[in-house]
Amino acid sequence: MTAPVYNFAYLDEQTKRMIRRAILKAIAIPGYQVPFASREMPMPYGWGTGGVQVTAAILGPQDVLKVIDQGSDDTTNAVSIRKFFTRTAGVRTTTATLEATVIQTRHRVPEAALSADQVLVYQVPIPEPLRFLEPRETETRRMHALSEYGLMHVKLYEDIARHGHIATAYAYPVQVASRYVMDPSPIPKFDNPKLSNCPALQLFGAGREKRIYAIPPYTRVTSLDFDDHPFEPYRHDASCELCAATDSYLDEVITDDQGNRMFVCSDTDYCEHRRALGHGPIAATQKEPADG
Amino acid sequence: MNDEPLLIAEGLTKYYGRRLGCRDASLELYEGEVMAVVGESGSGKTTLLQMLSTQIEPSAGRVLLYRMRDGSVQDLWTMSEPARRFLLRTDWGYVHQDPQLGLRMGVSAGGNVGERLMAVGQRHYGDIRATAADWLSRVEIPRSRIDNTPRTYSGGMRQRLQIARNLVTAPRLIFMDEPTGGLDVSVQARLLDLLRRIVAEMRIAAIIVTHDLAVARLLSNRIMVMKDGQVIEAGLTDQVLDDPHQPYTQLLVSSILPA
Repeated sequence: MTAPVYNFAYLDEQTKRMIRRAILKAIAIPGYQVPFASREMPMPYGWGTGGVQVTAAILGPQDVLKVIDQGSDDTTNAVSIRKFFTRTAGVRTTTATLEATVIQTRHRVPEAALSADQVLVYQVPIPEPLRFLEPRETETRRMHALSEYGLMHVKLYEDIARHGHIATAYAYPVQVASRYVMDPSPIPKFDNPKLSNCPALQLFGAGREKRIYAIPPYTRVTSLDFDDHPFEPYRHDASCELCAATDSYLDEVITDDQGNRMFVCSDTDYCEHRRALGHGPIAATQKEPADG
Repeated sequence: MNDEPLLIAEGLTKYYGRRLGCRDASLELYEGEVMAVVGESGSGKTTLLQMLSTQIEPSAGRVLLYRMRDGSVQDLWTMSEPARRFLLRTDWGYVHQDPQLGLRMGVSAGGNVGERLMAVGQRHYGDIRATAADWLSRVEIPRSRIDNTPRTYSGGMRQRLQIARNLVTAPRLIFMDEPTGGLDVSVQARLLDLLRRIVAEMRIAAIIVTHDLAVARLLSNRIMVMKDGQVIEAGLTDQVLDDPHQPYTQLLVSSILPA
């Protein structure tokens, strides 16, 4: 046989089997990076080749797929991955978080609470949290094996020494089930608390680095910190100018070159959902004047 | 004070392929004692030091016993790897000749000193920083330099920082590989003064590899002379240096220029 054999969702059956094995192992050892034979995908590295492979391996005909890129459903990456699976698997896609059964995401966790019948698939650029501190792969693996994580705190120490507070704002290191230290992918640290005790299964795929890891449902995930500098999620001190939400992660949008800006929800589906329920912008009188 | 030796090594031998690195070296080191290993380059000093500090495995003679803090004697090669690595970063220190190998050059001095504390589970930033600042002043580095990286330090300061980084967990045994190598004479003198004071104050046992007999005479209680991978003479430092028996040792001693 010369032609690749696939009958559903792009990958051939043997590849999906290999990836599912890696996923099962990852779920069995929460936070541990399982190496897998990452395939070439029809997109460049850095565009979610890892996430796409994980999604392809777990997708079934009944699934409803949602793809988010930085919280948004309508950016290039999200649109093209959705199209890709519509074409190769024929599954239904959606932008509504609550309707989806598989959510592939890049750099955000949805605002809406996830449920036990959903799977969240993260795209991961660099899975090794210790990489920039210790370049040797042999050494980082040994450090994971022996849980020697002092170095991770050296990074946080440096942050405080330089900036007076922990300045790491995204890809903030976490410890999963009191064992493995893990890179939660470049999500803002605002999203870190959502990883913990989440009813949905969370899978992480890094295509270029050929690693898969997972957080099983209802697993405790703690963000690393110091006793006297505790972990604090960061959020702009403002409300969304479209839906007036005060609890969502906000994007800052520069609106002109006069210094004017607006804050809007980064999660577009959450924002639309709220506006559909009648939440509107805060009245102009209440708004603070933009300093320009 | 305990009369039992802290470290016992017997018949350590290392071959690099068919080439001899070090043959049949044995020693006993007691608490608070400073031992110097001298010899010309290529005589196997560093190989011996690396075997003693479990960085390389000997080809033969795997007796390496260490008396732990609780008094029990452990064979370092049958110990589990996590336990050995824990020992290496708490009860031991290793000062490299080149400070770039022993320091994280991209991390501030405070982070360098604090790393061992964080590795053993300290999680209070203020405490870690205070301890680091204290150690910097003990090795005569101004406190104002605590947030600078070692890249901005002079050679002598880097070496002192490396020493502080190793001593912060109050180790009982420290290995030094040519700690004064590459430093000019006046900086060497200050470093030696500092080492002598700290080793005496903290009662640390030390094994110092050096080719400089003056360093050996100043710091050590006992001395081992190595040549071609073998220990040819060992004994009290003053005895060996004042009355050398082996022709090679006599040559070594007489090759020092008179002051």
